Amino acid sequence: MAFSEENLANHLGGLGYSEEQIELMDVATSFCRDKSPIDKVRKLMADERGYDPQVWQEIAELGWLGIAIPEAHGGVGLSMAEVAPIAEQMGRRLLTTPFASCTVAAQALLAAGDEVQCGEWLPRIVAGEIATLALYEPHGDWTLAHVEAAAKASGEGYALSGTKQFVAYAKDAALVIATVNVDGAVRLALIERSAIADSALRREIIVDETRRTYELTLDGITIPAAALLDAGRSANALNQIELASALLQAAEMCGGTQSAIDYTIEYLKTRKQFGKLIGEYQALKHPITNAYVAYEKARSHMLSAAHNFGQQGVGEIAVRMAKASADKAYSFAADRAVQFHGGFGFTHDCDAGLYRRSAIWHASQFGDAAWHRAKLADLLF
Amino acid sequence: MATRPTAAELADYEAQADAWFRENTPKDPGFMLPLTFMEVSTDQQFEFLCNWQRKVYEAGYLGASWPVEYGGGGLHPDFQRIATKVMKKYDGPIMLNAIGIGWAGPLILDIGSEEEKKKYIKGMLSAEDIWCQGFSEPENGSDLGNAQLKAVRDGDEYVLNGSKIWTSLGDRAKYMILLARTSNEGPNKYAGLSFFLAPMHAPGIETRRIKKLTGEYGFVQCFFTDARIPATCLMGNEGDGWQIAMKTLEYERGAKVNLAGGYFLKELDAMGVVELARQSQRGGKALLDDPVMKDRMVDFMIDIQALNLNNQRRRMGPLVQDRPMGLALMNKLARTEMIRELTEFSLAFQGTRGGYYVDDPCAVDNGYWHRSYLNSFSATIGGGTSEIQRNIVAEHVLGLPKGR
Repeated sequence: MAFSEENLANHLGGLGYSEEQIELMDVATSFCRDKSPIDKVRKLMADERGYDPQVWQEIAELGWLGIAIPEAHGGVGLSMAEVAPIAEQMGRRLLTTPFASCTVAAQALLAAGDEVQCGEWLPRIVAGEIATLALYEPHGDWTLAHVEAAAKASGEGYALSGTKQFVAYAKDAALVIATVNVDGAVRLALIERSAIADSALRREIIVDETRRTYELTLDGITIPAAALLDAGRSANALNQIELASALLQAAEMCGGTQSAIDYTIEYLKTRKQFGKLIGEYQALKHPITNAYVAYEKARSHMLSAAHNFGQQGVGEIAVRMAKASADKAYSFAADRAVQFHGGFGFTHDCDAGLYRRSAIWHASQFGDAAWHRAKLADLLF
Repeated sequence: MATRPTAAELADYEAQADAWFRENTPKDPGFMLPLTFMEVSTDQQFEFLCNWQRKVYEAGYLGASWPVEYGGGGLHPDFQRIATKVMKKYDGPIMLNAIGIGWAGPLILDIGSEEEKKKYIKGMLSAEDIWCQGFSEPENGSDLGNAQLKAVRDGDEYVLNGSKIWTSLGDRAKYMILLARTSNEGPNKYAGLSFFLAPMHAPGIETRRIKKLTGEYGFVQCFFTDARIPATCLMGNEGDGWQIAMKTLEYERGAKVNLAGGYFLKELDAMGVVELARQSQRGGKALLDDPVMKDRMVDFMIDIQALNLNNQRRRMGPLVQDRPMGLALMNKLARTEMIRELTEFSLAFQGTRGGYYVDDPCAVDNGYWHRSYLNSFSATIGGGTSEIQRNIVAEHVLGLPKGR
């Protein structure tokens, strides 16, 4: 029995790529490999800041922070499709920086910011100043519109209250974009880092040790009225944040999956037991092949999500499929990577653990596979 | 090779083909038609499908791009592609003689002698000469290279002894592409294999039908007892067998080189499964309202779309740089396993009606889904089991060591 996907394909997006995308893919492949060898990754895990400011500077100089920002705001004027292959290579080498935070923050500004807001912040982001998002709260709900933090009119501006969690690289950020509830409506608020006391930030202990996030206490912070983004475009901006984040995650996760598989294959090709290379045993050979098949499927979805990003209807389906399949692939590949390294796999020295923890982290932010499938059910049926 | 047609020529041809298939595609014959060439169970089905293939061939819509001197149409392959597309549009029955026009024909046109081309091509197109494939043996399935059926040269003849199994259309075929052992010498087990275009109506060849998991017939076991075939049936030289067999498997696994056209399997429509779920009930409500079923269904949609995207991506060089052969070599594994799981899932939709089977008047779609699921194993087992496919991917794509 054969199978026709044609009928389904008519409802969904196809695949394609731009020359710029391929050029960036090639540059990012060597850049990330050279700048982020595994001993460097481990060194940065123990570093308070968590990333190398020199490498961050180089990323800014390469123009990567402005790829999806219009030229009028100092960017390159391409799209998220061209950002994805960079994120993929970063994920592959566990090169963690504020890259995704800055990229998505810029998308939020473009989605709901006015000329003044965009004019001030986008060129600064392109230049390497860090912008980040404060979205999640102690209730743990992935729904971005579920916001209890509040902004109440007070004098000329607004007084903020509430707690935000998982605010990436907040300590080094120049700008924090937070979701707040204003009289029952969710709005995005621009908070300059200078308005945030150091004591309002607590470094969180998170499952992925290569990253840095902070809990942010909003109580006591006030912002001017001009710091709120457009109320009318707020819902659209939340959608854009979620989809842009999920796309970049899917890309990073594909890269991570590839590494988890490569790392394990290397071991299966060198480790001997009972006089045989353990890669000869089908009990190991077949599951790693299944992981590889899942990886290639996830990568096709990710490339489709990049290609179709922003397309009405089709784009959202493609992104959610990409995140759902990347979660499945990464979680499985990294889980088996730990197991197939045996006793060594159980140690902190084995890189399999880095991938496993990275996969858990990605599943925990912007929805796991099941959550995206639930969203897809509403879109498809 | 014929010259590339203009868009206008193709449009004309398509209009002609469209008119012909609209007029001639058979309506429901009143009995169940096989979904694949491996499921031909009754004489009625066999004759119906032979007639249909001959009719399509005589109208010029099969073998349209094969050379005129051997019975083809001599047209550019684009014409045949259009004819096949139109055939599919009208949902015509399958082309029966799959081993002939899909495997043996391209092979003979590719490496066969002039005599072989003249002798075999026309008859396979017209369905006058049905072909079957003699590769698997009772003791050598996945380990095809270890085939033991003996072929011993005796003057102008070869004497065959042994058995072949899982031979689709084996009881109805006039010819078999046969992998046999002519020697036990040589550096390895492959070196002693030879390839024959063997007649099935020779004395000493008997077939026994095998009843399948579905309860239907479709393939046989063949017994060769001092069966004598002309020495001219040998293709190439003694010892070339493995190489030729591997080439044949490329056609089977979808390399799609120079096929005569048409299709040998009916395709399952992804949206048809969704439709089935939509029509099914749980607790008085549509099955698709059940979050668990809905979640699994979405998972399948993601999987189906992944294979669709993989097929597009495998032709895009920059998107397959790291492991260029990966998508091609995993395709059979991924597709056949997905279809097995999806058709299995389709049974779960049916509630109590999942208990009915083919031909009961109350069976959903006359048991189509049950048949599809049980038949799906023919693809996860035939042509190299999924387990062998995993070895192929592991060894040829991931570079893992061969087991000893």
